[in-house]
Amino acid sequence: MGLLAIENLSVSYGKVEAIRNVSLKVEAGEIVTVIGPNGAGKTTLLMTIIGLLPCRGRILFNGEDITGLDTERRVEMGFGLVPERRELFAEMSVYDNLLLGAFSRRDGTAAVRRSIDEVFDRFPRLRERRNQNAGTLSGGERQMLAFARALMSKPTLLMLDEPSLGLAPLIVKEVFRIIPFLRDLGVSILLIEQNARSALETANYGYVMETGEIVRQGLASELIHDPQLIATYLGGQERAH
Amino acid sequence: MNAQIAAILTMDGVATGAIYVLMALGFVLIFSVTRIVFVPFGDIAAFTALTLAALESRQFPGTVGLVAVLAVAATAMELFAILRARSFARIPRALFFYLVLPLLPAGVMGFVSGATLNAPLRIIVTVALILPIAPLLDRIVFRPIADASVLLLLIVSVALHFALSGMGLIFFGPEGVRTQSLTDFSVTAAGVPISGESILIVVAAAIFCLLLFLFFEFTIQGKALQATAMNRTGARLMGIRPAHAGTVAFLLGSAMAAISGVLIAPVNTIFYDSGFIIGLKAFVGAIIGGLVSFPLTAAGSLFVGVLESFAAFESSPFKEVTVFSLLIPVLLWRSYTLLQPEEDGEE
Amino acid sequence: MSRLQTRMATAVAVTALAAAPAFLGVFSITLLNYIGIYALVALGLVLMTGIGGMVSFGQASFVGIAAYATAWTSALMGYSPWLGLLLALVMTGLVAAVIGAVTLRLGGHFLSLSTIAWGLAIYFSFGNIDGLGNYNGIASIPPISIGSHSLADSADIYYLIWGALIAAMLGTHNLLNSRVGRAIRALRGGNALVESLGINAFQVRLVTFVAAALMAAVAGWLYAHMTRFISPTPFDVHVSIDYLMMALVGGSSHLLGAVVGAALVTLMKNYIQDLLPLLAPNTSGRLEIVVFSVLFILFLQRARDGIVPYVARWLPPPRQEFPGKAEPLPRRRQPAKGTPLLKVDAAVRRFGGLVAVNEVSFELRAGEILGLIGPNGAGKSTMFNLITGALRPSGGKIVFAGRDITRAAPRHIARAGIARTFQHVKLRPRMSLLDNVLLGLYPRTSAGYVASALRLDRAEERRARHEAIKQLERVGLGARPFELAGNLPLGNQRILEIARALAADPILLLLDEPAAGLRRREKLALAELLRSLRAEGLTILLVEHDMDFVMNLVDRIVVMDFGCKIGEGAPQTVRNDPRVQEAYLGGVA
Repeated sequence: MGLLAIENLSVSYGKVEAIRNVSLKVEAGEIVTVIGPNGAGKTTLLMTIIGLLPCRGRILFNGEDITGLDTERRVEMGFGLVPERRELFAEMSVYDNLLLGAFSRRDGTAAVRRSIDEVFDRFPRLRERRNQNAGTLSGGERQMLAFARALMSKPTLLMLDEPSLGLAPLIVKEVFRIIPFLRDLGVSILLIEQNARSALETANYGYVMETGEIVRQGLASELIHDPQLIATYLGGQERAH
Repeated sequence: MNAQIAAILTMDGVATGAIYVLMALGFVLIFSVTRIVFVPFGDIAAFTALTLAALESRQFPGTVGLVAVLAVAATAMELFAILRARSFARIPRALFFYLVLPLLPAGVMGFVSGATLNAPLRIIVTVALILPIAPLLDRIVFRPIADASVLLLLIVSVALHFALSGMGLIFFGPEGVRTQSLTDFSVTAAGVPISGESILIVVAAAIFCLLLFLFFEFTIQGKALQATAMNRTGARLMGIRPAHAGTVAFLLGSAMAAISGVLIAPVNTIFYDSGFIIGLKAFVGAIIGGLVSFPLTAAGSLFVGVLESFAAFESSPFKEVTVFSLLIPVLLWRSYTLLQPEEDGEE
Repeated sequence: MSRLQTRMATAVAVTALAAAPAFLGVFSITLLNYIGIYALVALGLVLMTGIGGMVSFGQASFVGIAAYATAWTSALMGYSPWLGLLLALVMTGLVAAVIGAVTLRLGGHFLSLSTIAWGLAIYFSFGNIDGLGNYNGIASIPPISIGSHSLADSADIYYLIWGALIAAMLGTHNLLNSRVGRAIRALRGGNALVESLGINAFQVRLVTFVAAALMAAVAGWLYAHMTRFISPTPFDVHVSIDYLMMALVGGSSHLLGAVVGAALVTLMKNYIQDLLPLLAPNTSGRLEIVVFSVLFILFLQRARDGIVPYVARWLPPPRQEFPGKAEPLPRRRQPAKGTPLLKVDAAVRRFGGLVAVNEVSFELRAGEILGLIGPNGAGKSTMFNLITGALRPSGGKIVFAGRDITRAAPRHIARAGIARTFQHVKLRPRMSLLDNVLLGLYPRTSAGYVASALRLDRAEERRARHEAIKQLERVGLGARPFELAGNLPLGNQRILEIARALAADPILLLLDEPAAGLRRREKLALAELLRSLRAEGLTILLVEHDMDFVMNLVDRIVVMDFGCKIGEGAPQTVRNDPRVQEAYLGGVA
C-alpha cells in the first residue's frame, strides 16, 4: 500500500500541462528521490502533493484518498514541505518561526518548547541566533531554519525541494548527513534534487523526471550506475577521483 | 491665531487623531492579512455610534436587523457550500458560528431593550452587536473571491460600502445622533482647557493599541496572523488557514472600528453615512504608514487629526479638501521610499 | 466573423444610430444621449482599467472638472462653449497628470484609493466655491453651436455625442493595435518585463491615465451643454462607481463593453427606479443604492469578465492578416569581433545577510558565446539581473560598450543593446505570439499616441510586423503567429522569449536557461540557432545546466559557486579543473 501513493497525476497551468500522468510511491521509512533538469516539473509535483495546486488523478496517504483536502488539513495529517524558496517569515525571529512550525500540533506548549530545544540541539547555530530575524540569516542558516521549522510539526512524510540549493559544499554535506538520520527517526522522505549524485547516494529509490513525465525509475543504487543517466545528469563523464 | 488657540487646536487634533489611529491600525491589520482594503470600516464605526445612541434613548437599534440579515445570508451560503461538498458533519458547526453566535447579542437585546442600562453596559452590548458585522461580510462578500487581485477586492469593497450605507439609511434612518458625554471632567493646564473627553479618547486609544501589540507579540494566534501577512504560502505550509486568519483580522479590525465609534459618538454628530469620510481620513494616515508599518501609521493618523483641526479653524468648508490634498506630498514621498512588489501576479 | 461581416454589422449599427432621431421620441433620444456620454467615460475606464490595469474611483470628478470649466467659460464669462472645451481639456489633463505623477509609481491600490479621496475633495470644492455657485450649481449654460446652428435640441446634440463616442472608439481601437497599444496591454503583469524591453512603464501608465481623463473631459463638456445646468451631485464618488460598473459589466477588456455596459446600467437604473417603489413603497429610493451595489458585488463574484467577452466567445474569431513583405527596419551596427564588449568588475550583491554575488569579475568580447554555469542558487540569475539593471549592485562596476551601466535603469540598458530572457518565463500569455515579439520591437519604432490613434503609423507598423514574423520563423514558431502565448508548452515559451529578444536587434543577448524544458531535438535546433547568431556577430551570455548543450556550444565558460567566481576558461580547461568538479559535480559523499 505504501505511505504515499500517487496515481496518474496531471497538473496544468492554463492550457499547458506541466505534469503528465505521473505515478509514484513512497513506502514508510524510505527515502525516495525525484531527479531531473530544471523545468521538468519537480517543484510543481511537490506543490501538488501538499495541495497548493489543483490536479487530476489521485493522491493516497496511508491508503486514504486525500486529493480533495486542502493544504492545511494535509499538514495536520503529517505532511511537511521544505519549499525551494524556503518561505520563511522574514521579519520574525528564529524562535517565532519555529513556534509557528508547531502550529498544527495539539500537544500543548510544554511539548512544543521541548521540541524547540531538541531542534536547537540538532542545529546549534539556530540557538545562537534565536532572537534574530529570519530575514537576516545567511543562506545556509535559512535552509537550516526551513528544515527545523518543518520538523517542528512532527511530520510523517517530509518533502524537500532542492535542499542543497545555493549552499556551500560544507553545508550541503551537512544537509545530506541529516536526511538519513531523519529517516532513522521514522520520518519518510521525498527528496527533489538537482544534485543528482548526492541524491541517489542518499536515497533508497529514485525517479527521473523530464518535461513533466517520469522517464525512468529504479533502485537508487542501480540508477547511480546507469550509463545513460551518468551522461545526462551525473556530470557528463565519470569523476576524476 | 495665538499660542493658546494653537494649543487648543492641537489638543483637539490629537484627540481626533487618536480615533484615526485606532481606525488606521484596523485598516492596516485587515489589509496586511487579507489583502482587502476594507473601505466599509468607517461605516462600522458610524453604525456603532448610531447603536449606542439608540440604546441611550431606549430605542431598538437597527443593528439587530442588519446583523440578522447578514447572519441569515452567511448561513445560507455556508450551508449551500456544505451541501455541495456533501460534508454534512460540518452543519452544526456552521449553524453555530454563522447563525447562533452572531445573533446571540441581538437576542440579548430582545431582553434588555426598553430597560435602562448604565453607560459601561451600553457600550459592551453595542460592541457585541457590532462585532459580527465585519466577519459576516467577509464570509458573504470576500470569501468567494479570495483569489482575486487586490484591485478587484478594492472595487468590491467600495461597492460594499455603498450597499452598507444604503442599509444604514434603512436600518437607522436619516437622523444624526450625538451620545452623552462619557465624562464631564475637565482640567486647565497652562491656561489651556483640556476636556476629560479628549483625555479619555487618547487614553483609550493608547490602551487598545497596547492590547493589539500584546496580542501580536505574545499569542500564537497573533503570530499566526503576522505570519499570514508576511508569507501566505509559508503560513499555509504550517497549517495556518488564511481564511481563518482573515476572520480573526476582521474581528479585531471591527473591534477597533467599534471602539473608535464609541469614542467619536459624544464629540461628533454622526449620520448613517458619516463613516466614509472619517474612514478615508484614517486611511490617509494608513498611507503615511505605507499600509504596512504600524508605528508610522499611528504617527500619520495623529498628524492627520492635528492638520484637520487647524484646517477647520482656518476654513471649515475646506477642511476635507485640505486633509485629502495632504495625500499629494505624502504619496510623492511614498513613491520614492516604498518598495513596490516586483510582479502583481496578474499574468 | 469575416471582415465583410464585421463591416456590414458596423454599417448597419451606424445607419441605425444615424436614423434613430427620425423614429424615436424625445425621451428615448435623451436616454441615448446619456448612454453616449456615459459610454465615453466608460471607454476611458476600459482603456485604463480593463486593458492597462489601473482602477480609478474618480472618473466622475474628471467629468465634473470639465463640466465646471466649460460652464464657467460659457455661462459665467460669456465665451463660446468651444473655448470651454479647450479649457475643460486643459484643466482635466493637468489635474490627471498631477494625480498620476504622484501615484503611478506605487502599487495599484494607492492610485485607486487616492482617486476616492480626490474625488471627494473635488466634489467638496465644487460645493464650496462661491464663484461656482456652491451646492446650487450653475444654471443657464448655453448650448453648443456649430456655425450658426445651435445644438439645443436633444436630437441635435445627439449626433455630436455619438459622433464623439464613435471617434473615440475608433481612435482607441487603432491605439490598441499599435506600438504604444501593445505597451499598454503589457502593463498588466508587472514592470520587470516591460522595463527590460526598453519601455518606460511609468510614462505609458501616465499617458494612458491622462487619455482616459480626457475622454471623461469630453463627456463632461457634452454633459454640461446638454443638460444646460450643473451642480456637484452628478460628480460625486458614487457616480464614479457607476461608471466603473458600466465598464466592468460590459466587459472591461473590450471597447464595445463600454457601450454595452453604459446602455445596460442606464436602462437598468431606470427600470429599478420605476420598479422599487412598487415593490417596497415606503423605502422612497433608499433601497435603490442597496440593490444596485448588491447586484454589482454579485456580478463581480460571478462574472468578472463582463458581457461582451462572454458573447464574443460564441462568435467566430476575427480574421488576422498574415504580415506581408515590407522594407526591413534599420539595424544596429555590431561591434568588431573580439573587441571588449562587457566588463563586470568586482560586482557584489547582498540580500539581507546573504551575499548572492560576491566580487565577481569577468569580461565578454564581441562575437563570442560565454557560458555562465554553476549549481542552482550559485548567483547566476542574480548576475543577470545586475547586468540588465533589474537589480542594483551593492558594489562593483559594470561597463557595456564603453558606457558605465552600473546604476542605469533597465530600460536604458535595454536601449543600449542588451536583450534578455528570464529564468521564470515572462510573457503576456493573453497576447498572441506575434504581439509578444512586437513588444521587443518597441525601442526600434517610434509611433506615438496621436499618430497611432490616427493610423499614421501604418508604414512603420508594416515593417515592424514583417520583422516580428521573421524572428518568429527564425526560432521555428512562425506557423501560428496568432496563437496566444499562454497556450505554448513551457519549452516553447522560452523560445518565444528568444524571438522577442532578437526583435530588439541587440548587441548582447542574455539567455537564462534557454534549453530548460526542451526535448533533445529542440535542443539541437536551439544550439544551431545560437551558432548562426554568433556567426552574424551577435554576442551571447548564457546560463544553462545541460552540460552537453553548453560544452558543445560556448567559446568560454565562467563558473560560479556560492556567489563567487571559481573558474574561467575554455570548456575543456574548465571541465578538468578540480575545483570546478568539486563544486559543480557535487563534491559530497
